[in-house]
Amino acid sequence: MSFFMRAPARLGRATRRFFAEFGETAILFGNSARYLPRIVRDRRLLFDQMEHIGTDSIPLVVVIGFFTGMVSAWQAAYQFKGIMPLSFLGAAVSRAIFIELGPVLTAIIIAGRVGASIAAEIGTMKVTEQIDALESLAISPVRYLALPRILAAIIMMPPLVVFANTIALGGAFLVSNFFLGITAKTFFDSVQQYFHLGDVIGGLTKAFFFGGVTALIGVQVGFNASGGAEGVGNATIRAFVLSSASILILDYVLWTVLF
Amino acid sequence: MIKITNLHKSFGEQPVLRGIDLAIPDGETIAIIGQSGCGKSVLLKLMIGLMKPDDGEITIDGVSMGKAKERQLEQVRLHIGFLFQGAALFDSMTVLENVTLGLKEHGERNPDVLAKIAAEKLALVGLHGIEQRTPVELSGGMKKRVALARALATDPKYVLYDEPTTGLDPVTSDQIDNLVRDLTARLRVTSIIVTHDLFTVERIAKRVVFLNKGKIYFDGTPDELYKSLDVAVMQFLQRYRTPVAAAVATS
Ligand SMILES: Nc1ncnc2c1ncn2[C@@H]1O[C@H](COP(=O)(O)OP(=O)(O)O)[C@@H](O)[C@H]1O
Ligand SMILES: [Mg+2]
Repeated sequence: MSFFMRAPARLGRATRRFFAEFGETAILFGNSARYLPRIVRDRRLLFDQMEHIGTDSIPLVVVIGFFTGMVSAWQAAYQFKGIMPLSFLGAAVSRAIFIELGPVLTAIIIAGRVGASIAAEIGTMKVTEQIDALESLAISPVRYLALPRILAAIIMMPPLVVFANTIALGGAFLVSNFFLGITAKTFFDSVQQYFHLGDVIGGLTKAFFFGGVTALIGVQVGFNASGGAEGVGNATIRAFVLSSASILILDYVLWTVLF
Repeated sequence: MIKITNLHKSFGEQPVLRGIDLAIPDGETIAIIGQSGCGKSVLLKLMIGLMKPDDGEITIDGVSMGKAKERQLEQVRLHIGFLFQGAALFDSMTVLENVTLGLKEHGERNPDVLAKIAAEKLALVGLHGIEQRTPVELSGGMKKRVALARALATDPKYVLYDEPTTGLDPVTSDQIDNLVRDLTARLRVTSIIVTHDLFTVERIAKRVVFLNKGKIYFDGTPDELYKSLDVAVMQFLQRYRTPVAAAVATS
C-alpha cells in the first residue's frame, strides 16, 4: 500500500532529477564549446586523450568486431534458411554491420571502457579537491579536463567504428567461407552489389554522436561525484548506465533522421 | 583588500557560517582559529569563490567572489595562492608539473624557466631534488609542502593557508612559519592562515580571529586573545595551547 502511495512521488523526483541533470549536461556541452578556440593551444591535452580514448581501445574493438561479424553471419544464415539464397548473405550482413552493429556495439564498449574511466578519473579528482585546486590556479576544469575528452571521443569514434566494421566484415566472411560454404567471390560480390555509401556515412555519423555523448556523460557524472571512494564507484557505474542508455535512445532518434 | 560582509553559508539544514564580517587590509597576516568543523575551510573556499555564499558578500580587490563571472574570478585568482588542507596535489602529475602548472597554463612555456622556478619554490619549503617524483611517492608532510610550493609558484599577492603545519614535524613547522613571516615582510603578501597551532599564531600573526558557532567570537592580537575572558575562547585555548606556546606567551 505505502509503496503505491510513495511510488508517484518517487517517480516525480526521479523525473525532475533526470531533467535537471539533462539540463546540466547541456550546459556543460555549451561551456565546453566556448573553449573550442583555445584547443589549438591545448592540443597536447587533446592528443593525450585521443591516444587514451582511441588508440588504447583498438584491441578491444578488434575482439568485439570479430565476434560481432562471426555471429551476424551465423544469424543471417539461420534466418535465411528456406527464405532466401545464401548468396545474399554478404549484402545483408555487411549492411547490418555498417548501419547498426558496428557503430552501436563499438559505442557501448567504449561507454564501458572510456565513459566509465573518464567518470572515475574526474570523480576522483573531484572528491580529492583536485578540481578545486585547478580552479584555485585560475585554470578552468571545463577547458582543461572536459573539452579535450569530449573532443577526443568525437574525433576517435568514427575511425574506431571503421576499424570495427572492417574486422567484423572479415569475421563474417570467415564464418561464411569455412562453415557455410560461401565462396569469397559470392560473398564480396553480394557485399559490393548492395553497397550504399550512405549506410557507412550514416553509421559514422552515429558514431560521431555516440562518442560525444559518452564522453560528455562521463565528464558530467565525474564533476558531480561526491562522497569519497564510494562516490567515485557510483559515478563510474552511473556513467556506464547513462551513456549506454543514451546511445540506444540516440540510435533510434538518429535512425529517424538519417535513414 | 579582502572584505567580508554578513557572510552566511549552510549545507542543507546545517548552518555553518552565520554572519561573518571581516576586513583584511593588504599586507596583513591574519590567523583564523576555531574548533574542527566550525567552518574555517569553508570560509577560505568562499573567499576564492570555490563555494558560493547563501547570503552576504566577499570582495577581493573590489570583485565579488560570489557573483563574479568565471573569467573575472580567474583574473582575481591569478593573484591568490591557495594551500588546501588535504594538499590536493594532481596525482597524475610529477612534483615539477604540479608546482609549475599554474605558470605553464598562464603563458610560461620555457621548460628551463619552469624547472628553475620549481626548484626555487621547493627550496623555500625545504624540499630538494624531488621534482620527478609523483604524489603517491611522498609522505603527507611532503605533499603539504609541495602544495605550498605550488600555491606560491605564481608569486601571489594573497596567500590562503589551510592548516599549513598540521602533520608536520616541529622543525619543518618552524621553517614554514618563518617562510610565511618572510613573505609578508619582504613582499607585502597578505596571508590568511587557518591553524590549530597557537605557536604559529603567536609567531607570525599580529591579528587572530576566533571562529565559533558560525560567528567571529574574537578579533584582536594574540596577546589580547590570551587575556580574553570569553568562555568559548578560554575553553579553546585550554584545549589547544601547547606547553611551549604557553611558555612563550608568559615570557
Ligand atoms: N561540500 C560540503 N557539503 C556539505 N557539508 C560540508 C561541505 N563542506 C563542509 N561541510 C560541513 O561544514 C562544516 C565545516 O567544515 P569545515 O569548514 O571543513 O571545518 P573546519 O573548520 O574544520 O575546516 C562541517 O560540518 C562540514 O561537515
Ligand atoms: Mg578545515
